[in-house]
Amino acid sequence: MSLILALIRRDLMLSIRQGGGVGTALGFFLTVVVLLPIGIGPDQALLARIAPGALWIALLLSVLLSADRIFQQDYEDGSLDIMTMGPVPFEMVALAKAVAHWLSTSLPLAIAAPILGFLVNLEAAAVLPLTLAMALGSIALSFLASIGAAVTVGLRRGGLLVSVLVLPLYVPVLIFGLSASDPGAAPGLTFAALLILAAIALVSLVLSPLAAAAALRAYLR
Amino acid sequence: MELHATGLSCERGGRTVIRDVAFTLRAGELLQLTGPNGSGKSSLLRLIAGLNSAASGKLSLAGGSEGLSIAQQAHLIAHQEAVKGALSVRENLDFWRDFLGGGDVAAALEAFGLMRLADYAAGLLSAGQKRRLALARLVLTPRPLWLLDEPTVGLDSASLVRFVDVMDHHLASGGMIIAATHVPLGREADHRLELAGPS
Repeated sequence: MSLILALIRRDLMLSIRQGGGVGTALGFFLTVVVLLPIGIGPDQALLARIAPGALWIALLLSVLLSADRIFQQDYEDGSLDIMTMGPVPFEMVALAKAVAHWLSTSLPLAIAAPILGFLVNLEAAAVLPLTLAMALGSIALSFLASIGAAVTVGLRRGGLLVSVLVLPLYVPVLIFGLSASDPGAAPGLTFAALLILAAIALVSLVLSPLAAAAALRAYLR
Repeated sequence: MELHATGLSCERGGRTVIRDVAFTLRAGELLQLTGPNGSGKSSLLRLIAGLNSAASGKLSLAGGSEGLSIAQQAHLIAHQEAVKGALSVRENLDFWRDFLGGGDVAAALEAFGLMRLADYAAGLLSAGQKRRLALARLVLTPRPLWLLDEPTVGLDSASLVRFVDVMDHHLASGGMIIAATHVPLGREADHRLELAGPS
Protein backbone atom coordinates (compact mmCIF):
# COMPACT_ATOMS: atom_id res chain seq x y z
CA MET A 1 0.00 0.00 0.00
CA SER A 2 2.77 2.45 0.87
CA LEU A 3 4.31 1.66 -2.53
CA ILE A 4 1.15 2.76 -4.26
CA LEU A 5 1.03 5.93 -2.16
CA ALA A 6 4.65 6.64 -3.11
CA LEU A 7 3.74 6.42 -6.80
CA ILE A 8 0.68 8.65 -6.40
CA ARG A 9 2.74 11.17 -4.43
CA ARG A 10 5.45 11.24 -7.10
CA ASP A 11 2.93 11.74 -9.92
CA LEU A 12 1.23 14.60 -8.06
CA MET A 13 4.61 16.21 -7.39
CA LEU A 14 5.54 15.89 -11.07
CA SER A 15 2.24 17.37 -12.22
CA ILE A 16 2.72 20.37 -9.92
CA ARG A 17 6.37 20.96 -10.87
CA GLN A 18 6.03 20.41 -14.59
CA GLY A 19 2.81 22.39 -14.88
CA GLY A 20 0.64 22.26 -17.97
CA GLY A 21 -1.74 19.67 -16.49
CA VAL A 22 -4.61 21.11 -14.55
CA GLY A 23 -3.82 24.72 -15.50
CA THR A 24 -4.23 24.07 -19.21
CA ALA A 25 -7.31 21.93 -18.64
CA LEU A 26 -8.93 24.64 -16.50
CA GLY A 27 -8.13 27.27 -19.13
CA PHE A 28 -9.70 25.07 -21.80
CA PHE A 29 -12.75 24.49 -19.62
CA LEU A 30 -13.15 28.24 -19.05
CA THR A 31 -12.79 29.00 -22.76
CA VAL A 32 -15.47 26.48 -23.79
CA VAL A 33 -17.87 27.82 -21.15
CA VAL A 34 -17.24 31.44 -22.19
CA LEU A 35 -17.71 30.64 -25.89
CA LEU A 36 -21.09 29.07 -25.27
CA PRO A 37 -23.15 32.22 -24.44
CA ILE A 38 -21.40 34.02 -27.28
CA GLY A 39 -22.44 31.29 -29.70
CA ILE A 40 -25.99 30.85 -28.44
CA GLY A 41 -26.92 34.40 -27.58
CA PRO A 42 -27.94 36.11 -24.36
CA ASP A 43 -31.24 34.25 -23.84
CA GLN A 44 -31.02 33.65 -20.07
CA ALA A 45 -33.82 31.09 -19.86
CA LEU A 46 -32.29 29.02 -22.65
CA LEU A 47 -28.82 29.22 -21.10
CA ALA A 48 -30.14 28.10 -17.71
CA ARG A 49 -31.80 25.11 -19.35
CA ILE A 50 -28.70 23.90 -21.20
CA ALA A 51 -26.16 24.89 -18.52
CA PRO A 52 -25.75 21.46 -16.83
CA GLY A 53 -25.37 19.65 -20.16
CA ALA A 54 -22.90 22.22 -21.44
CA LEU A 55 -20.83 22.01 -18.28
CA TRP A 56 -20.75 18.21 -18.41
CA ILE A 57 -19.61 18.14 -22.04
CA ALA A 58 -16.96 20.76 -21.30
CA LEU A 59 -15.78 18.62 -18.37
CA LEU A 60 -15.47 15.47 -20.52
CA LEU A 61 -13.42 17.30 -23.14
CA SER A 62 -11.14 19.00 -20.61
CA VAL A 63 -10.39 15.73 -18.82
CA LEU A 64 -9.40 14.13 -22.13
CA LEU A 65 -7.06 17.00 -22.93
CA SER A 66 -4.38 15.70 -20.56
CA ALA A 67 -5.36 12.02 -20.62
CA ASP A 68 -2.80 10.88 -23.18
CA ARG A 69 0.01 11.81 -20.78
CA ILE A 70 -1.03 9.46 -17.98
CA PHE A 71 1.49 6.79 -18.99
CA GLN A 72 3.46 8.43 -21.79
CA GLN A 73 6.43 9.90 -19.90
CA ASP A 74 6.99 6.80 -17.82
CA TYR A 75 6.82 4.70 -20.98
CA GLU A 76 9.35 6.84 -22.83
CA ASP A 77 11.94 7.12 -20.06
CA GLY A 78 11.84 3.43 -19.14
CA SER A 79 10.23 3.86 -15.72
CA LEU A 80 7.36 1.54 -16.69
CA ASP A 81 9.88 -1.25 -17.44
CA ILE A 82 11.14 -1.07 -13.88
CA MET A 83 7.65 -0.77 -12.42
CA THR A 84 6.76 -4.18 -13.91
CA MET A 85 9.62 -5.59 -11.81
CA GLY A 86 8.38 -4.13 -8.54
CA PRO A 87 6.89 -6.08 -5.65
CA VAL A 88 3.33 -5.04 -6.53
CA PRO A 89 1.23 -6.35 -9.44
CA PHE A 90 1.47 -4.10 -12.50
CA GLU A 91 -2.32 -3.57 -12.37
CA MET A 92 -1.79 -1.64 -9.13
CA VAL A 93 0.64 0.67 -10.94
CA ALA A 94 -2.04 1.39 -13.56
CA LEU A 95 -4.54 2.01 -10.75
CA ALA A 96 -2.19 4.38 -8.92
CA LYS A 97 -1.51 6.42 -12.04
CA ALA A 98 -5.24 6.76 -12.77
CA VAL A 99 -5.82 7.89 -9.16
CA ALA A 100 -3.05 10.48 -9.56
CA HIS A 101 -4.72 11.76 -12.74
CA TRP A 102 -8.04 11.99 -10.92
CA LEU A 103 -6.54 13.93 -8.02
CA SER A 104 -4.46 16.25 -10.18
CA THR A 105 -6.90 16.95 -13.03
CA SER A 106 -10.44 15.55 -12.95
CA LEU A 107 -11.33 16.36 -9.35
CA PRO A 108 -10.14 20.01 -9.48
CA LEU A 109 -12.08 20.44 -12.74
CA ALA A 110 -15.23 18.92 -11.20
CA ILE A 111 -14.96 21.29 -8.26
CA ALA A 112 -14.36 24.31 -10.49
CA ALA A 113 -17.26 23.49 -12.83
CA PRO A 114 -20.14 24.87 -10.72
CA ILE A 115 -18.21 28.10 -10.19
CA LEU A 116 -17.81 28.47 -13.95
CA GLY A 117 -21.51 27.61 -14.14
CA PHE A 118 -22.41 31.19 -13.24
CA LEU A 119 -21.10 32.22 -16.64
CA VAL A 120 -23.87 30.18 -18.28
CA ASN A 121 -26.60 31.17 -15.81
CA LEU A 122 -26.63 27.88 -13.88
CA GLU A 123 -29.54 27.87 -11.39
CA ALA A 124 -28.48 28.20 -7.76
CA ALA A 125 -30.50 25.10 -6.88
CA ALA A 126 -28.47 23.05 -9.37
CA VAL A 127 -25.06 23.87 -7.91
CA LEU A 128 -25.03 21.27 -5.15
CA PRO A 129 -26.37 18.29 -7.15
CA LEU A 130 -24.08 19.16 -10.06
CA THR A 131 -20.98 19.32 -7.83
CA LEU A 132 -21.85 15.99 -6.25
CA ALA A 133 -22.54 14.28 -9.56
CA MET A 134 -19.38 15.65 -11.13
CA ALA A 135 -17.15 14.70 -8.21
CA LEU A 136 -18.49 11.14 -8.41
CA GLY A 137 -18.48 10.99 -12.20
CA SER A 138 -14.94 12.32 -12.46
CA ILE A 139 -13.63 9.07 -10.92
CA ALA A 140 -15.04 7.14 -13.86
CA LEU A 141 -13.73 9.78 -16.28
CA SER A 142 -10.11 9.40 -15.14
CA PHE A 143 -10.19 5.61 -15.01
CA LEU A 144 -11.78 5.23 -18.44
CA ALA A 145 -9.27 7.74 -19.82
CA SER A 146 -6.44 5.56 -18.48
CA ILE A 147 -7.56 2.72 -20.79
CA GLY A 148 -7.32 5.01 -23.81
CA ALA A 149 -3.98 6.38 -22.62
CA ALA A 150 -2.55 2.86 -22.26
CA VAL A 151 -3.80 1.70 -25.66
CA THR A 152 -2.15 4.65 -27.43
CA VAL A 153 0.99 5.02 -25.30
CA GLY A 154 3.47 4.03 -28.00
CA LEU A 155 1.85 6.03 -30.79
CA ARG A 156 3.04 9.42 -31.96
CA ARG A 157 0.33 12.04 -31.58
CA GLY A 158 -2.01 9.61 -29.86
CA GLY A 159 -3.90 12.41 -28.10
CA LEU A 160 -6.73 12.68 -30.61
CA LEU A 161 -7.04 8.93 -30.84
CA VAL A 162 -7.55 8.78 -27.06
CA SER A 163 -10.56 11.09 -27.44
CA VAL A 164 -12.05 9.02 -30.24
CA LEU A 165 -11.60 5.81 -28.22
CA VAL A 166 -12.75 7.11 -24.86
CA LEU A 167 -15.62 9.50 -25.63
CA PRO A 168 -18.05 6.67 -26.50
CA LEU A 169 -17.24 5.10 -23.11
CA TYR A 170 -18.19 8.42 -21.48
CA VAL A 171 -21.78 8.28 -22.75
CA PRO A 172 -23.23 6.43 -19.71
CA VAL A 173 -21.41 8.82 -17.35
CA LEU A 174 -22.91 11.77 -19.25
CA ILE A 175 -26.45 10.35 -19.23
CA PHE A 176 -26.60 9.51 -15.53
CA GLY A 177 -24.50 12.51 -14.57
CA LEU A 178 -27.07 14.78 -16.21
CA SER A 179 -30.04 13.14 -14.53
CA ALA A 180 -28.24 13.39 -11.19
CA SER A 181 -27.59 17.11 -11.75
CA ASP A 182 -31.21 18.04 -12.54
CA PRO A 183 -32.60 20.02 -9.58
CA GLY A 184 -36.18 19.78 -10.95
CA ALA A 185 -36.36 15.99 -10.80
CA ALA A 186 -37.95 14.07 -7.95
CA PRO A 187 -35.44 13.51 -5.07
CA GLY A 188 -35.71 9.73 -5.45
CA LEU A 189 -34.76 9.96 -9.09
CA THR A 190 -31.71 12.13 -8.41
CA PHE A 191 -30.57 9.71 -5.74
CA ALA A 192 -31.01 6.71 -8.04
CA ALA A 193 -28.99 8.42 -10.75
CA LEU A 194 -26.24 9.18 -8.21
CA LEU A 195 -26.16 5.53 -7.18
CA ILE A 196 -25.83 4.39 -10.80
CA LEU A 197 -23.05 6.96 -11.27
CA ALA A 198 -21.29 5.50 -8.24
CA ALA A 199 -21.71 2.00 -9.70
CA ILE A 200 -20.15 3.11 -12.99
CA ALA A 201 -17.26 4.65 -11.06
CA LEU A 202 -16.69 1.41 -9.12
CA VAL A 203 -16.85 -0.81 -12.20
CA SER A 204 -14.35 1.38 -14.05
CA LEU A 205 -12.12 1.45 -10.98
CA VAL A 206 -11.93 -2.33 -10.99
CA LEU A 207 -11.85 -3.07 -14.72
CA SER A 208 -9.79 -0.28 -16.24
CA PRO A 209 -6.52 -1.09 -14.37
CA LEU A 210 -6.78 -4.63 -15.77
CA ALA A 211 -7.31 -3.36 -19.31
CA ALA A 212 -4.66 -0.64 -19.05
CA ALA A 213 -2.03 -3.00 -17.62
CA ALA A 214 -2.68 -5.56 -20.37
CA ALA A 215 -2.30 -2.89 -23.06
CA LEU A 216 0.90 -1.53 -21.50
CA ARG A 217 2.44 -5.00 -21.22
CA ALA A 218 1.85 -5.54 -24.92
CA TYR A 219 3.79 -2.33 -25.66
CA LEU A 220 6.67 -3.17 -23.32
CA ARG A 221 7.63 -6.47 -24.90
CA MET B 1 21.64 -19.63 -5.99
CA GLU B 2 21.72 -20.57 -9.64
CA LEU B 3 20.16 -19.12 -12.79
CA HIS B 4 19.65 -21.76 -15.41
CA ALA B 5 18.55 -21.32 -19.02
CA THR B 6 18.06 -24.02 -21.64
CA GLY B 7 17.03 -23.72 -25.29
CA LEU B 8 15.77 -20.14 -24.95
CA SER B 9 14.30 -18.61 -28.08
CA CYS B 10 12.58 -15.30 -28.45
CA GLU B 11 10.65 -13.60 -31.22
CA ARG B 12 10.14 -9.91 -31.86
CA GLY B 13 7.75 -8.77 -34.56
CA GLY B 14 7.66 -12.24 -36.11
CA ARG B 15 11.49 -12.40 -36.36
CA THR B 16 13.49 -14.80 -34.21
CA VAL B 17 16.12 -12.69 -32.44
CA ILE B 18 17.44 -15.29 -30.01
CA ARG B 19 17.77 -18.95 -30.91
CA ASP B 20 18.58 -21.80 -28.57
CA VAL B 21 20.50 -19.95 -25.88
CA ALA B 22 21.69 -21.92 -22.86
CA PHE B 23 23.76 -20.89 -19.86
CA THR B 24 24.18 -21.53 -16.15
CA LEU B 25 25.13 -18.76 -13.75
CA ARG B 26 26.01 -19.40 -10.10
CA ALA B 27 26.20 -17.06 -7.16
CA GLY B 28 29.18 -14.72 -7.40
CA GLU B 29 29.59 -15.05 -11.17
CA LEU B 30 29.59 -12.53 -13.98
CA LEU B 31 28.27 -13.44 -17.42
CA GLN B 32 29.23 -11.20 -20.30
CA LEU B 33 27.02 -11.12 -23.39
CA THR B 34 28.76 -10.17 -26.61
CA GLY B 35 27.75 -10.10 -30.24
CA PRO B 36 27.13 -7.65 -33.10
CA ASN B 37 24.33 -5.06 -33.10
CA GLY B 38 20.93 -6.67 -33.36
CA SER B 39 22.18 -10.04 -32.13
CA GLY B 40 19.58 -10.04 -29.33
CA LYS B 41 21.59 -8.98 -26.26
CA SER B 42 18.98 -6.51 -25.08
CA SER B 43 16.17 -8.89 -25.97
CA LEU B 44 17.75 -11.61 -23.85
CA LEU B 45 18.07 -9.24 -20.86
CA ARG B 46 14.46 -8.09 -21.26
CA LEU B 47 13.40 -11.71 -21.53
CA ILE B 48 15.08 -12.52 -18.21
CA ALA B 49 13.51 -9.38 -16.70
CA GLY B 50 10.09 -10.74 -17.59
CA LEU B 51 9.29 -7.99 -20.09
CA ASN B 52 9.24 -10.40 -22.99
CA SER B 53 8.04 -13.98 -23.13
CA ALA B 54 10.10 -16.84 -24.49
CA ALA B 55 8.88 -18.60 -27.63
CA SER B 56 10.50 -21.79 -26.33
CA GLY B 57 12.94 -22.94 -23.68
CA LYS B 58 13.11 -22.69 -19.92
CA LEU B 59 14.50 -20.18 -17.47
CA SER B 60 14.67 -20.94 -13.77
CA LEU B 61 16.22 -19.46 -10.66
CA ALA B 62 17.10 -21.97 -7.96
CA GLY B 63 17.72 -20.90 -4.41
CA GLY B 64 16.04 -17.52 -4.70
CA SER B 65 13.28 -16.12 -2.51
CA GLU B 66 10.14 -18.21 -2.47
CA GLY B 67 7.10 -16.61 -4.04
CA LEU B 68 9.00 -13.96 -5.99
CA SER B 69 9.38 -14.02 -9.76
CA ILE B 70 12.83 -13.74 -11.35
CA ALA B 71 11.99 -10.15 -12.36
CA GLN B 72 11.19 -9.24 -8.76
CA GLN B 73 14.66 -10.39 -7.71
CA ALA B 74 16.45 -8.56 -10.52
CA HIS B 75 17.54 -5.04 -11.41
CA LEU B 76 17.46 -3.99 -15.06
CA ILE B 77 19.66 -1.12 -16.21
CA ALA B 78 18.62 -0.43 -19.80
CA HIS B 79 19.43 2.35 -22.27
CA GLN B 80 16.65 4.54 -20.92
CA GLU B 81 17.62 5.89 -17.54
CA ALA B 82 14.17 6.10 -15.88
CA VAL B 83 15.17 9.44 -14.35
CA LYS B 84 12.64 12.23 -13.81
CA GLY B 85 14.13 15.61 -14.70
CA ALA B 86 11.66 17.60 -12.58
CA LEU B 87 12.69 15.78 -9.39
CA SER B 88 16.00 16.22 -7.59
CA VAL B 89 18.58 13.43 -7.59
CA ARG B 90 17.63 12.50 -4.04
CA GLU B 91 13.88 12.56 -4.78
CA ASN B 92 14.42 10.22 -7.73
CA LEU B 93 16.11 7.70 -5.47
CA ASP B 94 13.59 8.28 -2.66
CA PHE B 95 10.81 7.27 -5.01
CA TRP B 96 12.53 4.10 -6.21
CA ARG B 97 13.35 3.20 -2.60
CA ASP B 98 9.66 3.47 -1.64
CA PHE B 99 8.47 1.74 -4.78
CA LEU B 100 10.96 -1.13 -4.82
CA GLY B 101 10.43 -1.80 -1.12
CA GLY B 102 13.20 -0.31 0.97
CA GLY B 103 16.86 0.62 0.63
CA ASP B 104 19.55 3.07 1.64
CA VAL B 105 19.53 6.31 -0.36
CA ALA B 106 22.67 7.74 1.31
CA ALA B 107 24.69 4.62 0.48
CA ALA B 108 23.47 4.69 -3.13
CA LEU B 109 24.44 8.37 -3.52
CA GLU B 110 27.83 7.70 -1.92
CA ALA B 111 28.60 4.66 -4.10
CA PHE B 112 28.47 6.70 -7.30
CA GLY B 113 29.76 10.01 -5.97
CA LEU B 114 26.38 11.76 -6.23
CA MET B 115 26.33 13.23 -2.70
CA ARG B 116 27.34 16.69 -3.94
CA LEU B 117 24.60 16.62 -6.61
CA ALA B 118 21.85 15.25 -4.35
CA ASP B 119 19.70 18.38 -4.32
CA TYR B 120 20.11 19.31 -8.00
CA ALA B 121 17.19 18.77 -10.36
CA ALA B 122 17.99 15.59 -12.28
CA GLY B 123 17.13 17.39 -15.51
CA LEU B 124 20.31 19.45 -15.12
CA LEU B 125 22.63 16.42 -14.98
CA SER B 126 24.97 15.53 -17.81
CA ALA B 127 24.55 12.23 -19.65
CA GLY B 128 27.27 10.55 -17.57
CA GLN B 129 25.83 11.84 -14.29
CA LYS B 130 22.37 10.61 -15.30
CA ARG B 131 23.86 7.19 -15.99
CA ARG B 132 25.41 7.19 -12.51
CA LEU B 133 22.01 8.04 -11.04
CA ALA B 134 20.49 5.11 -12.95
CA LEU B 135 23.27 2.79 -11.71
CA ALA B 136 22.73 4.02 -8.13
CA ARG B 137 19.48 2.04 -8.16
CA LEU B 138 21.61 -1.14 -8.06
CA VAL B 139 23.04 -0.19 -4.68
CA LEU B 140 19.80 1.37 -3.42
CA THR B 141 17.70 -1.79 -3.14
CA PRO B 142 19.56 -5.09 -2.73
CA ARG B 143 18.53 -7.64 -5.34
CA PRO B 144 20.60 -10.70 -6.24
CA LEU B 145 20.48 -10.59 -10.05
CA TRP B 146 21.70 -7.57 -12.04
CA LEU B 147 20.85 -7.26 -15.73
CA LEU B 148 23.04 -4.58 -17.27
CA ASP B 149 22.68 -3.34 -20.84
CA GLU B 150 25.79 -1.39 -21.87
CA PRO B 151 26.18 -0.10 -18.29
CA THR B 152 29.41 1.84 -18.84
CA VAL B 153 28.20 4.15 -21.63
CA GLY B 154 29.08 7.75 -20.78
CA LEU B 155 31.00 6.97 -17.57
CA ASP B 156 34.32 8.74 -16.98
CA SER B 157 37.32 6.76 -15.72
CA ALA B 158 36.78 7.64 -12.03
CA SER B 159 33.14 6.51 -12.21
CA LEU B 160 34.21 3.37 -14.02
CA VAL B 161 36.50 2.50 -11.11
CA ARG B 162 33.61 3.10 -8.70
CA PHE B 163 31.33 0.92 -10.82
CA VAL B 164 33.85 -1.94 -10.87
CA ASP B 165 34.09 -1.68 -7.06
CA VAL B 166 30.31 -1.89 -6.78
CA MET B 167 30.22 -4.95 -9.06
CA ASP B 168 33.05 -6.62 -7.13
CA HIS B 169 31.24 -6.06 -3.86
CA HIS B 170 27.99 -7.45 -5.28
CA LEU B 171 29.67 -10.57 -6.63
CA ALA B 172 31.66 -11.10 -3.43
CA SER B 173 28.45 -11.09 -1.43
CA GLY B 174 26.94 -13.79 -3.62
CA GLY B 175 25.20 -11.76 -6.31
CA MET B 176 24.97 -12.51 -10.02
CA ILE B 177 25.52 -10.16 -12.97
CA ILE B 178 24.63 -10.52 -16.63
CA ALA B 179 26.11 -7.65 -18.64
CA ALA B 180 25.74 -6.97 -22.35
CA THR B 181 28.65 -4.88 -23.59
CA HIS B 182 31.17 -4.39 -26.38
CA VAL B 183 33.82 -2.69 -24.27
CA PRO B 184 35.84 -4.33 -21.48
CA LEU B 185 33.97 -4.08 -18.17
CA GLY B 186 37.15 -3.49 -16.18
CA ARG B 187 36.71 -6.88 -14.63
CA GLU B 188 37.27 -10.39 -15.94
CA ALA B 189 34.02 -12.21 -16.78
CA ASP B 190 33.50 -15.72 -15.43
CA HIS B 191 31.53 -16.75 -18.49
CA ARG B 192 31.15 -15.36 -21.96
CA LEU B 193 28.19 -15.89 -24.22
CA GLU B 194 28.56 -14.93 -27.86
CA LEU B 195 25.19 -14.28 -29.45
CA ALA B 196 25.32 -14.84 -33.19
CA GLY B 197 21.92 -13.38 -33.89
CA PRO B 198 19.45 -14.61 -36.50
CA SER B 199 21.09 -15.91 -39.65
